[in-house]
Amino acid sequence: MYLRSDERGPRMNNRLALRIAAFGGLALVLFAVLFVRLWFLQVISGEEYLAEANNNRIREFRVSAPRGEILDRDGNVLVQNRTSLALQVNPRKLPANTARRRAELARLGALTHTSLRRVRRTMRKRLMLAPSAPVTLRRDVGHYLVYYLQENQDRFPGVEVRRVFVRDYPQGTLAAHLFGNVGEVSEEQLKAPRHRGLEPGDAVGQDGVEYQYDGDLRGRAGATRIQVDSLGRPTPGGRLKVLKPAPGGNLRLTIDSSLQEAGDAALSGQGLPGAYVAMNARNGEILAMGSNPSFDPTVFTRPLTQGQVDELYRDPVLSPLTNRAIAGAYPTGSSFKPITSVAALASGAATVDEPILDDGAFTLGGITFQNAGGAAYGTIAMQTALRVSSDVFYYTLGDRMYPGTALQTWARRLGIGSETGIDLPGEQPGLLPTPAWRNDLYREGLTDRPWSAGDNVNLAVGQGDLQTDPLQMAVAYATIANGGKVPRPHVGMQVEDAAGRVLREIAPAAAGRVRIDRGWRETILAGLHDAAQSPGGTSYGVFGGFPVPVAGKTGTAERPPHADQSWYVVLAPYPNPEIVVAVTFEQGGFGSDTAAPAALRILSEHFGKSAKPVEAGEGAVE
Amino acid sequence: MYATRARQARPEAFTARPSIAERLGLPYMDGALMLSAVALAAFSVFVLSQTTVHDVPGSPNYFADRQAIYVGLGVVGMYLLTRVDYSRFRELRVGIYTFLCVSISLVFVFGFVARGSRRAFDLPFFSFQPSELGKLLLALALAGFVIDGARRGFDRRRTLRYLAFGLVPAALVFLQPDLGTSLVFGAITLAVMYVGGARWTHLAAIGAAAVALATVVLVVAPAVGTPVLKGYQEERLTSFLHPGEDSSDADYQQNQAKIAIGSGQKTGRGDRATQTRLDFVPERHTDFIFAVIGERYGFGGAALVLSLYALLIWRALRIVTLSKNSYGTLVAGGIAAMLLFQVFVNVGMNLGIMPITGIPLPLMSYGGSSVLATFLAIGVLQSIHMQARLSQKGRFAW
Repeated sequence: MYLRSDERGPRMNNRLALRIAAFGGLALVLFAVLFVRLWFLQVISGEEYLAEANNNRIREFRVSAPRGEILDRDGNVLVQNRTSLALQVNPRKLPANTARRRAELARLGALTHTSLRRVRRTMRKRLMLAPSAPVTLRRDVGHYLVYYLQENQDRFPGVEVRRVFVRDYPQGTLAAHLFGNVGEVSEEQLKAPRHRGLEPGDAVGQDGVEYQYDGDLRGRAGATRIQVDSLGRPTPGGRLKVLKPAPGGNLRLTIDSSLQEAGDAALSGQGLPGAYVAMNARNGEILAMGSNPSFDPTVFTRPLTQGQVDELYRDPVLSPLTNRAIAGAYPTGSSFKPITSVAALASGAATVDEPILDDGAFTLGGITFQNAGGAAYGTIAMQTALRVSSDVFYYTLGDRMYPGTALQTWARRLGIGSETGIDLPGEQPGLLPTPAWRNDLYREGLTDRPWSAGDNVNLAVGQGDLQTDPLQMAVAYATIANGGKVPRPHVGMQVEDAAGRVLREIAPAAAGRVRIDRGWRETILAGLHDAAQSPGGTSYGVFGGFPVPVAGKTGTAERPPHADQSWYVVLAPYPNPEIVVAVTFEQGGFGSDTAAPAALRILSEHFGKSAKPVEAGEGAVE
Repeated sequence: MYATRARQARPEAFTARPSIAERLGLPYMDGALMLSAVALAAFSVFVLSQTTVHDVPGSPNYFADRQAIYVGLGVVGMYLLTRVDYSRFRELRVGIYTFLCVSISLVFVFGFVARGSRRAFDLPFFSFQPSELGKLLLALALAGFVIDGARRGFDRRRTLRYLAFGLVPAALVFLQPDLGTSLVFGAITLAVMYVGGARWTHLAAIGAAAVALATVVLVVAPAVGTPVLKGYQEERLTSFLHPGEDSSDADYQQNQAKIAIGSGQKTGRGDRATQTRLDFVPERHTDFIFAVIGERYGFGGAALVLSLYALLIWRALRIVTLSKNSYGTLVAGGIAAMLLFQVFVNVGMNLGIMPITGIPLPLMSYGGSSVLATFLAIGVLQSIHMQARLSQKGRFAW
């Protein structure tokens, strides 16, 4: 068109026409570029950009669900919630510009009376654990701060105040080891199937029953979708969708608060590290369980101070967070003798009324083992041996079961040396020494000698390499007492909704069955009853005046380099026990001195009866 | 080169009694040019009335009303200029050029500061931005200077001289600072020289120099610690080269504009638009008005607007070829380049393929100075068209 120079007259020459044509061509190309680009954005990628636009305008606010409460078996509240306003920083929504981000964090620090350095350190630390998750800078912020932030939202992009639920422990330190703490889910945990559907910043149980029954307690977070403008302000009428949070179920434990209280008091009353378990001897319900030293579970609802960290984590000896009832590792001393009795009877190494001479010393391979206190009881049968806690009698049984592994086999069947399967994380199996174990170590050069008769003799009286905890002993005693049903201990009883309707019963099946003849059981229980409540029994001085018939055994284990480990395991009421209590103290000395009195306090509480003092008389000291 | 006929062309006396339309000069005007310009301006008022309802509390039509007034004034101004023989401007070239430079300079003294830049005077009814009208003035004056020397050809000295004529006001605008408008000045200068017959080698040298300058300003100077551009300017100019890094505000703006346009898809989101309604796209009534169109009216609306611009620029280029004299050719070339450059850079910036330079979209972006100046420029184009038609009357039937 431009080139119709005949129509343009003399003004249009060819050179100009060429230039105009090139100009027009350039315009054509530029417009083509714009059109293609427009087509690409709107027609080809339109869907993506629409999604991005929606992503821009829609803010989803998670509304956390209240976590279920934890109750004792009578419905008393052990753990509940309290709401708290948490100041959170969402790193994804902070200004991208470094200087502006710094300035905002500094303003935020000034508001919360924290230095910028501290704010940044907190953020860095939290972000290392869970990148891009909202970082909680402060819990329990005051309302004035919330109002200020709301009014100045445009100056604090990425800062949110979230209503969170914080655990509250109305009973103080009671049963602290059972509950465990609740904390923000970590990036690593989010990948686990049990945490499916959670988002960074959500709280999950990190330990104890909070962890074990997290799925029941957690509930489901709700969400509110709101349309916001570019400054994050909700637009009028922009509430799009509300999904109500579903509160978590309440967890009812088998714990009996008053028994727990008595047990905790009995334990801490001694001022020694130790643990106790009170368990239903028939079905494995844990009625009380405690470990000393203990801690205040509320410390975990706030960021820990350095002092608290030191106190809770840095002391390997006291280690207050360890639940010694399920993770202790102690030799048991004479408390082991009922187990040895079962093994000897079952393997035919002895019969219930076979007399064995106890002349006060037992010699094996040139080494002489003696009764405690150098006593000699003469020719005695099993019931008497249990009453007086004759070591020589049990050395003989241990020797008779060597070689062979009858003792280990039966100890294991009764629950010693392996996890009981209690519904608490952190349980330790302990150690039941066997020939294979020691011989393996010997082959690897980790010990100076292979398995020998001496090891078996030592194990027969709960000495040597044996390492177990009160829960395993309680299970073993309960199995003997109930005629062979190995209970699976558990602290969870049922999950209920807020109205108390049962959502789920927690009644795990027995872990197994072992054959225990009625005669063996009667003999062993009679021996234990005598030991506790007939004159001359090892704990007669403690239980002699207790009106409820019981069957209990002391234990005093050598645990070099420490002082002796004190044990007491007791079944009540005799002869058909319903409860078993196992107590141990580190460095507690004789079982009858520290552990037995603690067990008595627990049983007194359980039966509501107290013991009359008796003259200990001529009681043997095992 | 070709001779000027500035004074030669005079319409012949009408023999028959002229109709009203003829008296108004309507048959001699370019209808398509008029139509596209008025349609774009009207659409601008419509879009502003739809999208800026909540921008000024209490007066929902604040921007639309004002834009409508500017468009009305612009149309009147366009018509008046249509009736003026543009060749007069060649005689006034020195005065025009002086006025151009002085008016831009006065901004430094009397102008008010808006967003860190001193660009406009505050007049009783609206603020006047001399650099907007300056684009047209530069085309008028520079074309005159080029024509003056046309007979003597385009030696290197002349090329440099014309270049200097253009770069002086461009530099003044740059110092306001208004990088975008100074680039428009540069484009006009180049276009006038190009149409005026500057040698290809010179043009190539100028292009190379421009590239070298850009490199120095954007890369070398910041590297050695003597930045020429303000931080935000440099950020804007370079951020589109690495999109998605989301490192700066410039990138944010551009990204939001892109999302707005993309989310409009084929048919647009209408009142359900969110990007441009909820403030995600900044400057939605001025620099990013094309994003509003893209989101609200989709590919259909945006393509229609682009087509109107294409029509506008095609008609402008056609007028370049129609002009009765070389002065008209050069002026029309300068105006066509001004329109093309602004449309491409602004729309390209909305689409995320050009840097953010703050260049308004002619006739669409809210702003009295820009709307008025663009209509006046179109008035000059119409004048060239009318003079050409009158001088050729009887020879062609359009």
